[in-house]
Amino acid sequence: MMETFLGIDYPTLWYLVVGLLFSGYAILEGFDYGAGAWHLFFRKDLSRRIAINAIGPLWDANQVWLIIGGGALFAGFPVMYATMLSAMYIPFMLFLMLLVLRSAAIKFRSSEEMTWWRKTWDIVYFVSNTLIGFLLGVVLGNILQGFELHANFEYRGGIFFTFLNPYALMTGLTTLSIFMTQGAIFLLLKTEGKLHDRLSYLLKKGMVFFIISFAITSLYTLTFLHGVTDKFKEQPIFFLLPVMAFLAVANVPRLVSKKKYSQALVFSSLIMAFLLMLVAFQLYPVLLPSTIDPEYSVTIYNAASSQKSLGIMLTIVLIGAPLLAGYFLFLYKTFHGKVKLDDTSY
Amino acid sequence: MDVEILARIQFAFTVAFHYIYPPLSIGIGLIMVVLEGLYLKTGNKQYEVLTRFWLKIFAITFGIGVATGIIMEFEFGTNWSVYSKYVGDIFGSALAAEGLFAFGLESTFLGILIFGWNRVSPKVHFISTIGVFLGSMFSAIWIVVANSWQQTPAGYHIVGEGLNARAEVTDFWAMVFNPSSMDRIIHVWQGAFLAGAFMVLSVHAYYLLKGRYIEISKKAFKISLAIATIVSLMQLVSGHSSADGVAKNQPAKLAAMEGHYNASEAADLYLFGWVDNESQKVTGMGIPGGLSYLVHQDFEAPIKGLNAFPKDEIPTQVNAVFQFYHIMVSIGMFLILLTLYASFLWWRGTLFEKKWLLRIFMFSVLLPQIANQVGWFAAEMGRQPWVVYGHLKTSEAFSQEVSANQILFSLILFLVVYAILFLLFLYSLNKKIKHGPYEEAKNPDEFLKYT
Ligand code: HDD
Ligand code: HEM
Ligand code: HEM
Repeated sequence: MMETFLGIDYPTLWYLVVGLLFSGYAILEGFDYGAGAWHLFFRKDLSRRIAINAIGPLWDANQVWLIIGGGALFAGFPVMYATMLSAMYIPFMLFLMLLVLRSAAIKFRSSEEMTWWRKTWDIVYFVSNTLIGFLLGVVLGNILQGFELHANFEYRGGIFFTFLNPYALMTGLTTLSIFMTQGAIFLLLKTEGKLHDRLSYLLKKGMVFFIISFAITSLYTLTFLHGVTDKFKEQPIFFLLPVMAFLAVANVPRLVSKKKYSQALVFSSLIMAFLLMLVAFQLYPVLLPSTIDPEYSVTIYNAASSQKSLGIMLTIVLIGAPLLAGYFLFLYKTFHGKVKLDDTSY
Repeated sequence: MDVEILARIQFAFTVAFHYIYPPLSIGIGLIMVVLEGLYLKTGNKQYEVLTRFWLKIFAITFGIGVATGIIMEFEFGTNWSVYSKYVGDIFGSALAAEGLFAFGLESTFLGILIFGWNRVSPKVHFISTIGVFLGSMFSAIWIVVANSWQQTPAGYHIVGEGLNARAEVTDFWAMVFNPSSMDRIIHVWQGAFLAGAFMVLSVHAYYLLKGRYIEISKKAFKISLAIATIVSLMQLVSGHSSADGVAKNQPAKLAAMEGHYNASEAADLYLFGWVDNESQKVTGMGIPGGLSYLVHQDFEAPIKGLNAFPKDEIPTQVNAVFQFYHIMVSIGMFLILLTLYASFLWWRGTLFEKKWLLRIFMFSVLLPQIANQVGWFAAEMGRQPWVVYGHLKTSEAFSQEVSANQILFSLILFLVVYAILFLLFLYSLNKKIKHGPYEEAKNPDEFLKYT
């Protein structure tokens, strides 16, 4: 017997929890990574310093969404966590290493005056943010296409470079471009003067890159990815998701040109949320498709922890989530407004 | 080299590197809470200066702690996929709780702690300091619970067979309060307090020796000395309690810690020694029958030795376990003597007159660090060949689909990146200490105010 809550079974509930956490991660770290991916486009040292301090007090907290999301995946779907991470060993190791370098760059970049020091860290910061955004998209692209999974979730695919296939490269670029849009809008909210002007110029260029890669990836997904359209034929109501995603995409440039940056940020966050929901809907109840035989796929049912464990964790989430929301509101309220450098800044 | 060995080397290296920072973060966190609390209570600016100074050092350690911790979280999946599937049901809830209750708390308040001085009131700032400190304490609870479960499993049953076998929770609280978790949480917390207290002692001993920041250094030194003295003593008590638990729950580990092979004889307690695996003899100095006395209050009571267990269920690195364990205990004893003697001088009013003592304190910063590292090494290597004690062997737990070359690649990356990180850490630590809590020369008025 499956335990349920509000008529939804526990694995599905936990699927929603994990989905929510990853969406939160994409939205919040999206503007952190995105802001960093513009870094070398700012020319003056001071501009670069301001850009880093725009995320200064926030990025550590935003990163918690990755930590909790990873923990939730491990906790709820250990089989998925273990299969995905060990099969995608190289991209994840690179991702983790880049995260370390990125934190080091934020911490140490402005600690010395020397030009070479700051230039080096600027490059590290730019490269790590760019590649992180790209790799996250690459991983997503690989999941959508499925892995070479045999019985007992045994992975027998390639191990070094298979993750760099054409479709994954495209989802990688698209993800990066969404992050960059998100990042630029966030920085527009946080800056003023010359840097602000430069950013609105850059954002216009970026939006073009974003819309093109978004369109190509969507087309490719619809035409080549197996079974994508079937799901919508079964449940046409979900066709609203891509429609809303497209509307949100169209709305962002409009809001930006009207200088309504907060609203633009909301809408670019919505783009990510809708797209992730689309992915989630399209896969459900599968977590990781097998390209060998659908029987071998990892699903939320064969990967889930026990009912008992899921029940405990759902209780933990019910207690913990409001607390976390409270901390975040307080943090964002405290650092609301334009960046002002002082003696505590990076 | 084969996959298992490489995976173990990589895990040991990354977790040991991670564990340089958490104890410092927790320990310095405690001292910051005390310093800032004193500032709010007395209004004495000197405490504010100290808080701000230690906050800067705290920020670097904490930052590296976070960066290296994320790697640990994902390494279970990348390198230990069989293990992850096996323990996911159990380990998962601990990790989920850790994320929400601990990491959420510490990482959000961290921003306010570091960047909020000019934005929030002193009271709110103090609350943030407490929040970060409590968050780091909680995170130690959950991760040690998970590790303790794997040392002394409880509150579970095993379902499935072979590659699909896994542990499932039957009793959440029995899982959380498994036989070793309380002892070990306390031991780990105290180890962290010692790491932080000795860091503060060391830096202020250095200032006192150099004749800089005399007055505030004396204040900080005394506060940390009080903490260090009490905690050193308590660490002996909790270590003893841990050893008692090991005797009950992991007899093979206890036997390895003292190099005791004989299946059914009284066991000695060594001060130091060397274990020869071939001849199964320990050369060294110790109390005959001492271990029997500690466990059974009887010098002649027999203790199960390594030979009482099947050959494939005992640790192979007996001498290493023995050495690591004895280094920890010796350091513990030394810290007790050192802090008691210094406290005695404090009571006599001559604490800051003995230069040689300050010099010892200056270098003692390394001792709790070493004890923390070797303590974990003893506990983890003594657990071998099991990953989950009595259920899952290390040799069955690694990711079967990952190749040796992949691990070699990531291991080299780790070595390079961590070496850079460590150098940066030492460099900026050194710079912050040399620079000091405030500019003495540039700011004579301030200087007068504080000294
Ligand atoms: C004594 C306790 C202790 C131990 C044994 C470990 N850690 Fe740790 N960890 C901490 C105590 C800590 C800490 C004090 O909470 C952090 C935060 C800052 C720091 O320096 O360490 C930390 C940071 C930290 C983070 C980043 C959290 C954040 O953003 O605040 C993660 C994901 C982990 N750790 C995960 C692990 C894993 C998977 C471990 C086991 C292999 C592990 N830690 C051992
Ligand atoms: C932070 C302090 C820790 C240190 C210094 C440490 C040290 C080590 C060492 C040295 C090994 C290798 C043992 C060997 O190969 O003989 C190891 C292995 C391992 N430890 Fe820990 N450990 C720590 C904490 C933890 C925690 C908190 C967990 C889990 C909750 C954990 C889980 C494991 C696992 C899964 C392995 C791999 C399998 C094995 O080789 O036993 N460790 N650790
Ligand atoms: C004073 C005498 C001490 C004794 C008798 C003692 C005893 C022990 C024992 C028996 C264990 C193994 C527990 C297990 O495997 O379940 C242990 C582990 C450990 N010890 Fe100690 N210890 C002492 C001092 C210290 C000191 C001074 C520190 C650090 C400053 C320290 C840090 C650790 C750590 C980090 C571990 C690994 C985590 C754990 O298993 O609790 N110990 N100790």
